[in-house]
Amino acid sequence: MLEAFLQSLQDTAVATAIREGESLFPWVECVHVLALTIVIGSIAIVDLRLMGLASRDRSVAETTAATLPVTWSAFVVAAITGGLLFSSNATTYAHNFYFLAKLSLIAVAGLNMAAYHLFVGRGADAWRTPSLTPLRARVSGAVSLCLWITIAACGRWIGFTINAPT
Amino acid sequence: MQSLDLFCTWLAATPLSQTIQSIEWVIPAVQTVHILAVAAVMASVLMIDLRLMGLGARDQTIMAVAKRFLPFVWWPLPILLATGSTLIVAEPARALENPVFYLKMGLLLAAAGITLICQIPLARNAAFWELSSRRRWAARLIASVSLPLWVAVIFAGRWIAYIQRA
Repeated sequence: MLEAFLQSLQDTAVATAIREGESLFPWVECVHVLALTIVIGSIAIVDLRLMGLASRDRSVAETTAATLPVTWSAFVVAAITGGLLFSSNATTYAHNFYFLAKLSLIAVAGLNMAAYHLFVGRGADAWRTPSLTPLRARVSGAVSLCLWITIAACGRWIGFTINAPT
Repeated sequence: MQSLDLFCTWLAATPLSQTIQSIEWVIPAVQTVHILAVAAVMASVLMIDLRLMGLGARDQTIMAVAKRFLPFVWWPLPILLATGSTLIVAEPARALENPVFYLKMGLLLAAAGITLICQIPLARNAAFWELSSRRRWAARLIASVSLPLWVAVIFAGRWIAYIQRA
């Protein structure tokens, strides 16, 4: 059932074009890399503020307000281009350990973020300085940063465990 | 280009290069650190350029945004040079005999140069880019040249993997 779905995904015109085209895959990958650098870099801005290591003169609420629109816009682009790259070889990627690990860790990072918005980040308006930022928020930032570093590593390892230029 | 050929062959045969090549995880790990450093630069450049364009963080002065993010543009550069050099030592011909590598370096110099053009006047006068409407338009122009340049650096970086040596 899943295999049939992956195969039909891989047989779509778009996936075939990316797989067989001369330069479509690298171009889509370029946009994916650009988007993921913006996703991870902008998340790091928030995480480092939560941890009290950067933007120390700005409140947590101001930092997230200025940063998260950038993060989400880039995430949409990364997800679309990632989906396109996946579709080009769906049956292979779906069995790649690092691909599965990457997707799982993105889900965990999503849960961490949801927990922040629902519980951890309550009262963030008052976190004007690092010393006013509670431990639970610092931990949330550190967890997020570690997760995204690992996600980047998994992404890079996909390329080395599937036959593709690295 | 025979001497370059010889140099690449010599470098690839050095004990250091041989060691890196023989340990499977080194290249993907170094590439991961490289891309994380790129993420810091790209997200920081984007935050500064969005402010210069008047599209983001308008509650803050250009100087405040530049001061917050410029360290994260320059500070990763030594990491990028170190990891990039490691990758060259591991596979000399992949970069040194690749025209896209030189294109990337040229674009990088241009991008770093335009960052300095924005930064140096600020060091003398914090309000430099906000003093007149002409200056504000100049700031927008700088940002709209800077952003495509940094994007081109990233794209060229990824294309190194796909272009055959010259």
